[in-house]
Amino acid sequence: MAEVSLRGVAKRFDAIAAVSALDLVIPDGAFVVLLGPTGAGKTTLLRLIAGLERPDAGTIAIAGQDVRGIAPAGRNVAMVFQQYSLYPHLTVRQNLEFPLKSPILRTPPDEIAARVAEVAAVLRIGHKLDNKATELSGGEMQRVSIGRALVRAPAIYLMDEPLSSLDAKLRADLRIELKRLHHDLGATFLYVTHDQIEAMTMATHVGVLDQGRLVQFGTPREIYEDPVSLYVATRLGLPRINALPATLFGSAPARAVTIALRPEHIRQGEGREAEVMRVERLGDQTRLHLSLDGHAIVTLTEAHTRLKAGERLAIRPDRPLYFDADGQRVQHDSVFQGDRA
Amino acid sequence: MAEIVISNLRKDFGDFTAVQSSSFRIEDGEFFMLLGPSGCGKTTTLRMIAGLEMPTSGEIYIDGEEVASKPARQRDIAFVFQMFALYPHMNVRRNISYPLISQGMPRAQVRAKVAEVARILGIEAMLDRPVGGLSGGDRQRVALGRAIVRDPKCFLMDEPLGALDAEFREHMAEELRALHDRMHATTVYVTHDQLEAMQMGDKIVVMNRGSVEQFGTPQEIYDKPATMFVADFIGSPPMNFLPFEGPIEAGGDRVRLGEADLAVPRLLEAAAGRLVFGIRPEHVTFDDDAAYRGRIEAVEYLGTTQIVTLSSPNGTIRARTAASRPARVGDAVGLRFAAPCVTLFDAGSGRALRSAPQEQGGAHG
Repeated sequence: MAEVSLRGVAKRFDAIAAVSALDLVIPDGAFVVLLGPTGAGKTTLLRLIAGLERPDAGTIAIAGQDVRGIAPAGRNVAMVFQQYSLYPHLTVRQNLEFPLKSPILRTPPDEIAARVAEVAAVLRIGHKLDNKATELSGGEMQRVSIGRALVRAPAIYLMDEPLSSLDAKLRADLRIELKRLHHDLGATFLYVTHDQIEAMTMATHVGVLDQGRLVQFGTPREIYEDPVSLYVATRLGLPRINALPATLFGSAPARAVTIALRPEHIRQGEGREAEVMRVERLGDQTRLHLSLDGHAIVTLTEAHTRLKAGERLAIRPDRPLYFDADGQRVQHDSVFQGDRA
Repeated sequence: MAEIVISNLRKDFGDFTAVQSSSFRIEDGEFFMLLGPSGCGKTTTLRMIAGLEMPTSGEIYIDGEEVASKPARQRDIAFVFQMFALYPHMNVRRNISYPLISQGMPRAQVRAKVAEVARILGIEAMLDRPVGGLSGGDRQRVALGRAIVRDPKCFLMDEPLGALDAEFREHMAEELRALHDRMHATTVYVTHDQLEAMQMGDKIVVMNRGSVEQFGTPQEIYDKPATMFVADFIGSPPMNFLPFEGPIEAGGDRVRLGEADLAVPRLLEAAAGRLVFGIRPEHVTFDDDAAYRGRIEAVEYLGTTQIVTLSSPNGTIRARTAASRPARVGDAVGLRFAAPCVTLFDAGSGRALRSAPQEQGGAHG
């Protein structure tokens, strides 16, 4: 296990800067999730660390060693791709054994058998060990390709949206398994995704990427509660944060152009009157779609509310965030007295 | 606009029964969801309403008229598929106009109608653009425009958002629902995504293996699941199931799970043998004094709330608690279950036992 550090890393593809002047330290034993939409540079960053791409500038060090000039095979990293890549003519067991049978590693056969059995149990594919890879469902194939990375003990596991092709239930189970695995192995993970739930639930640290730049790095709670920009604020939270004109509820700090309110940070029963446009009952919670001076606002209320569309509801900000014209955070003294948890 | 009644509808493909004796009613102006896992018969049901499949038996009424044996083109419905097919060589306006022109509508009327639809969908500015350069969302709006422009009696949609990524799907779901709130056209919508169904639907039919498991409003289905399948399929995380042994008498309102004596809603029927105690994650709370004990196995932070996974004598339990409440992996905690929100099931049949709140729906409200 090892710390991985990037300094001033840049990578262009023709006219497009995929990664720009990126500094990132992945602490030893951390589970770092890089979050960003398509084109943010997530996958390029993984491929740079793996050695599948060469940086135009900057240095990458794994366990303190500069890895420039070291081929992917020599970097001691294990990568899991979005699209499973298995040897179709081999059984599940043979696919899992394959990385350990590398002549460089010289793993004893009984140790190989034990590792494979352990990984198969964790990923719940023990009953399929003697099936051909082609006889598996998509979800099973992806578990085997995760398993093939897990049988090794590399400096870092690099994972490129490994759960995105799985159905919701399996994804939820594997999120917990990956997190437990990380905890049990004490391994270092770098995981890229555009799925905010994966970032929030699994990460020890979240890195938010925007057009090849790392715009914020911190714990999921820091990113959620204390975003540096409106862009970061909209990456996390479901329903998404409400971005409204800064003075919609009264005075705002100087330079503030936008007031952003998480759906749960809106007090009901006081403040300005909004119209209820739609009541959306999701079972465990109910979402209220409101309109105030023509601005759409989404907030949450208790599951069995009696409010109906067409009724009016007074609302007031609680723990607002302010942003300037460039979308950067404006720090402020609390204008509204919200109760801090 | 239309009311649609489905009565004892059945469809066999050779030896395989895709849909078996489904019955439900779609009211005029409703946004109606057909929900279930793949292979449950929801798309076959929709295709029978559309006239793309002929039922093996049963009836379909659109506005009181039996249409099961009528061809699709005589049913006056508009079908929106998962993959949007636009005419690539035509611009947006001509794509939307096409159904009207092929009906022989006069030009001036077509222009007015297309302008109205473009305004509803917010695509007025792109009417003269080629469809080739449009984003996924705009292409989808154009496809919707082509369905809306004909003023059909109802819209049938087969996972129209299925191919979109999560963030955009959420946005389009809101847009579709807002569109429905302006037009009030009867809409039948197929999805396997329970959140999409809860979010958009006025009513939901939950299907499984060709049968209707339950039919009701989103909140009814969530609060009072008729079967374990529904309780598991709806809600994320799904309802917790704790197996235990009966018997319980009719009128009983307590059950024993191991050492713990737990309150449940008053039962209206007796039950014996293998039973299941069902409780949703948000109705599980931590209380050190509680007799029922669990050990925290995992904590998943979600912003406002967190999902705590626990091991217990009766299996895994998930609780949804405020993210501010401390929860450490490895800690032993006492658990309380909100009694009025408990559903008991017969483990063999999967059916919910009849109880006072199941019958009236009072306890939750």
